[in-house]
Amino acid sequence: MSQDKKNQVSRRQFLNYTLTGVGGFMAAGMLAPMVRFAIDPVLQPKAQGDYVSTGKSVDELTSEPQRVDFTIRQVDAWYESDVSKVAWVYKQEDGSILALSPTCTHLGCFVGWNDNENYPNMFYCPCHDGLYEKSGKNVPGTPPTAPLAAFEHDVKDGILYLGKAIPREEA
Amino acid sequence: MIRKIYDWIDERVDITPIWRDIADHEVPEHVNPAHHFSAFVYCFGGLTFFVTVIQILSGMFLTMYYVPDIENAWNSVFYLQQEVAHGQIVRGMHHWGASVVIVMLFLHTLRVFFQGAYKKPRELNWVVGVLIFFVMLGLGLTGYLLPWDNKAYFATQVTIDIAESVPYIGDYLKTLLAGDPEIVGAQTLTRFFAIHVFFLPAALFGLLAAHFIMIRRQGISGPL
Ligand code: HEM
Ligand code: FES
Repeated sequence: MSQDKKNQVSRRQFLNYTLTGVGGFMAAGMLAPMVRFAIDPVLQPKAQGDYVSTGKSVDELTSEPQRVDFTIRQVDAWYESDVSKVAWVYKQEDGSILALSPTCTHLGCFVGWNDNENYPNMFYCPCHDGLYEKSGKNVPGTPPTAPLAAFEHDVKDGILYLGKAIPREEA
Repeated sequence: MIRKIYDWIDERVDITPIWRDIADHEVPEHVNPAHHFSAFVYCFGGLTFFVTVIQILSGMFLTMYYVPDIENAWNSVFYLQQEVAHGQIVRGMHHWGASVVIVMLFLHTLRVFFQGAYKKPRELNWVVGVLIFFVMLGLGLTGYLLPWDNKAYFATQVTIDIAESVPYIGDYLKTLLAGDPEIVGAQTLTRFFAIHVFFLPAALFGLLAAHFIMIRRQGISGPL
């Protein structure tokens, strides 16, 4: 290598850079499609929650949470199926409807209303003694860290329609 | 006969140095249970590897019948266990081996820890060991879903809820693992299968190679 010419790239350096560059392109060209392939579910647009009929007449709702069973059409990639869902539904004091998800915000067990004699008129989770008030607000000091999610709801021709369960922040 | 075959190959490709590097070395007295019975604690690393080999072989054979599809996964496991000759044994090896391997790994780690064998110059091998431990946990976690029974399904539901609780990236992590933002289903099973059978074993091989090469370079740590 001649020292007098400043910034001269030696033959060896040139080959190193070129090979690294070409190798890098080849590696990237190989990996890019695979990585995009793997993370596709994360980049899918959020599914729009359609409202489905529960068949439940809103006139039957009272201020006492009732178990409402309904069925949604679930599309899981290439697998479509009917999935049964449950909501705890009641009329709040102002007359508006609250439809709570029964899924415990701790680790996902099924939360029941008023079914444990030690905790009357509360939502109780049998898995780790999680407790929620009637509003769905979690009782501090029990495992759940957030209130029960609430379903989006709609009323058409006096029938209750439910949509997606929306998580609620800690009150 | 075998000798002749060996010589024929050795003459052409000189394999003796290769297997000598791998297998032919002294077992120091302080790690030989024949000298000091208490040296049995040195066996746990080898036992971990032995059980890992069982896992890999039995797992390879299980995939001859197993299908990672939510309609058929459970049925395929039921079939291979009930109808296929020795199916119960092969599945049993994989099922129980998955627990035994963790126990062995743990005992091996205790040995290394209490003997201080992780100290200079072997710090890096401790790090590799911890990575092996994580890969094993990952294998256990992803394998557990594969039979697609109730226990598998709900355990995975909990796993994914835990992943979701990671700050900031939890939601992405959940979707990345489950293949869907809400459903534990068809895509979760195929993902877990791919991770269980291809990705993690590949990572495990790399880590094991690094672990063993370092052991050969540095030798086993001296007596206490
Ligand atoms: C150290 C490595 C491994 C560990 C700890 C491990 C762990 C597990 C566990 C816990 C299960 C669930 C078994 C049950 O509940 O009965 C499982 C299932 C399975 N594993 Fe592995 N595994 C390992 C390596 C492998 C490899 C290398 C393959 C394939 C090449 C494999 C293929 C399978 C298959 C096909 C199943 C489903 C069949 C069944 O559930 O019985 N595994 N594994
Ligand atoms: S899952 Fe409900 S309290 Fe733990």
